[in-house]
Amino acid sequence: MVSRHDLSHTFGIKGRNFSKAGSVSINIKETLRELGIDPAIVRRAAIAAYEAEMNVVMYADKGEMVLRLNPMLIRITIEDEGPGIENIEMAMQEGYSTATDEIREMGFGAGMGLPNIKKNADVFELKSQVGKGTSYNIVIFLKPIRRT
Amino acid sequence: MSQYYHSVSVDEDNCDGRRKCLRVCPTQAIRIWGGKAVILEEKCIDCGECITACPNEAIVALTDPFGERSRFKYTVAIPSPALYAQFGRSILPDKILAGLKKIGFDDAYDLAITCGDTSLAVELFLKEYNGPKPLISNACPSVVSLIQVRYPQLVDHIIPIKLPKRLAAKEIKERKSKELGLKPNEIGTFYITPCPVKMIAIKQPSSEEECYLDGAISIADIYGPLLSVLESKDKGNYRKSLESICILGIGWAVSGGMHRTQKLKNVLDVSGIADIITTFDDIERGKLKNIDLVVPYTCPQGCVGGSLTVENRYISYNKILRMLETLEQENIEGCRGKRDIRERYRQKYFHRQQKYEPRPIQALDEDLGKAIEKRNKKEKIFESLPKVDCGICGAPTCLTFAEDVVKGNTRLSDCIFNVPSRFRELTGELSKLLDSFDSMDEDKEWKPGKERRRKKL
Repeated sequence: MVSRHDLSHTFGIKGRNFSKAGSVSINIKETLRELGIDPAIVRRAAIAAYEAEMNVVMYADKGEMVLRLNPMLIRITIEDEGPGIENIEMAMQEGYSTATDEIREMGFGAGMGLPNIKKNADVFELKSQVGKGTSYNIVIFLKPIRRT
Repeated sequence: MSQYYHSVSVDEDNCDGRRKCLRVCPTQAIRIWGGKAVILEEKCIDCGECITACPNEAIVALTDPFGERSRFKYTVAIPSPALYAQFGRSILPDKILAGLKKIGFDDAYDLAITCGDTSLAVELFLKEYNGPKPLISNACPSVVSLIQVRYPQLVDHIIPIKLPKRLAAKEIKERKSKELGLKPNEIGTFYITPCPVKMIAIKQPSSEEECYLDGAISIADIYGPLLSVLESKDKGNYRKSLESICILGIGWAVSGGMHRTQKLKNVLDVSGIADIITTFDDIERGKLKNIDLVVPYTCPQGCVGGSLTVENRYISYNKILRMLETLEQENIEGCRGKRDIRERYRQKYFHRQQKYEPRPIQALDEDLGKAIEKRNKKEKIFESLPKVDCGICGAPTCLTFAEDVVKGNTRLSDCIFNVPSRFRELTGELSKLLDSFDSMDEDKEWKPGKERRRKKL
C-alpha cells in the first residue's frame, strides 16, 4: 500500500544507450537531496543506483528502475530484460567481469559494479534467470535498525 | 540579516523583468517576482553569468568604486593575472603594473608571483596527500560555493591551501608597514578582479581567517583609465620584461594554465559550469579516482572569461598561452626560489586552518514524511504543467515553478498555461449553470417564488 508518506518513482533504462547512461541515478540523487536525506546516505544510494544502471546499459536490452522511499528506508529495485547472470557468486567477486573489449575500452566493465553495490547497500539481493533477465533489490536504511 | 554575503545584486530601478538572467543562471537561483529579478541567496554561487546576460545592466557586481582608495595613506593594487591578458600582445605585465601606478596607486604587486608560490605548495600537498581522490582546486570561489551547495559530500576534496590573493595581501601589509612606518590599516590593498565572486572572500563576514584585502575593483572599471596611460610602442626592454614574469603564476588566469609548466600528469582542467557539474557528478559516483587534481573554473576558458573582463575571452586566453609558450621556449621562470617556498610550506604558511563546510540547500520540509508528501505534490503539479520552460511565471523551468508552488513561494495560477484551461473550466461550469437555469425556466411547473409560498404553507 502506498501512503502519502511514501514515494515511488519509476524510471526506464535503455540498454546500450551510453549517451544517456547515468541520468537515472542523477535523478535519484537529486530527489533524495531535495528531501533532505543525509548527504552520506544520498551518496551511497547514488553510487548503488549508478552501478546498477550501468549494468543495465552495458548488458541488458532494457530495464526499469523503481525508487521507493518512506521515512524508514530507501528501496531501489531494478528489473531488466537481458542475458542474465550465469554465476551470481562469481559476479559478486571484485574484478570478475564478462564485459566485452568494447565496453572495457570505454572505461567500464572492471568487475567492480556488483561488489560496489553490495558495499553501499544495507541489503542487496540479486536474482537472475539466464536468457531472461536480472532483478536487483537494494535497500538502504535511513534510521539505524536494531540488529538481532 | 542574510546568512551569506553575495557579490551580485539586482538594481531594481534598471530591472524590467526581461528574464535573460533567469535562463542563464546555472543553479536556478533567479526568479522574477513582481516584475523584478530576485536572487535566491541560498542557491546563488556568485558566478556572474547573470551580469553578462542582463541587457539593462540591472544586475551589478558589488565591487568597490575606483575612488575607494582615498581613505588610505598608501595603496597597493594587486591585479589578477587575468588583467595581463586584457591588452595587446606587446604589453607585458611589468608595463601594466607601471600603468597602475600611473593612474594613482602607490604601488602595484605582481600577484602571479604568489600564484607561482601557491602552485608549488599545491604540488607539495599532492605529494604527501593520501585522502579521497581527486582533489579539487579552490582557485575559483564559485566552484567552492557550488560544491558547498550542490555537492556537500565533496567538501573534503577541496584542496586546503590558502588563496594567493590573501597571502599576497597579508605579505604586502606586513612588509609595507615595516618599510613605511605605517599602521597596517593605513595601507589599502585592492584586488583588481575579473569577476564578482572574488568579492566574497573579502566581504564575507563569517569568513574564517582574517582578510587583509581592503577591496576589489573590477577590471572593467579600471580598463579605460589604464589603457590611456599604457605605452604600447616602447619595445626596448622586451627580454627584461619577459624575465619578470613568473611562469608558474601567470597560468592561473586560464583553464589549463595553472599546472601546465609543472608537468603534473593526472590533472584534469575543466571550465564552464555545465561541464563542471558533469565532472562533479562523476566524482560523486566514485569515478575519476585515478585523477589527482581537478582544476575547475566556472567561467569558460578560466578567469579571462570572467564577467568583469573586457577582452574577448578567447583572445585573452590566447595571449596568456602565447606568453607561457614564449617563457617555456626562452627558459624563463621568473618565480621565487623553490627552496624558500618548500621551507615556508613546511612551516604551514600555505595551509588553511579551517575546513570547508557544506552549505546544503533547504529540503522541502524538515520532516521527511512531509517532505515526501510535498515532493509527491510537486511531481503532480509538474505533470500538469506544459514543460516548455517559458519563464513567464517568473521561474526558470516548470520544475522549479512546481517547487516554488509547493514551498508556498508562488501560486499555481501564475502559470499562464493554467489560466486558459482554468478559464475554460470556469466557463464550462458557468455555461452548465446557465443551462441549468434555462432548464429550470423550461420547467413549467416551477415559478419563481412558488416554492417559498409552498414552504410557508
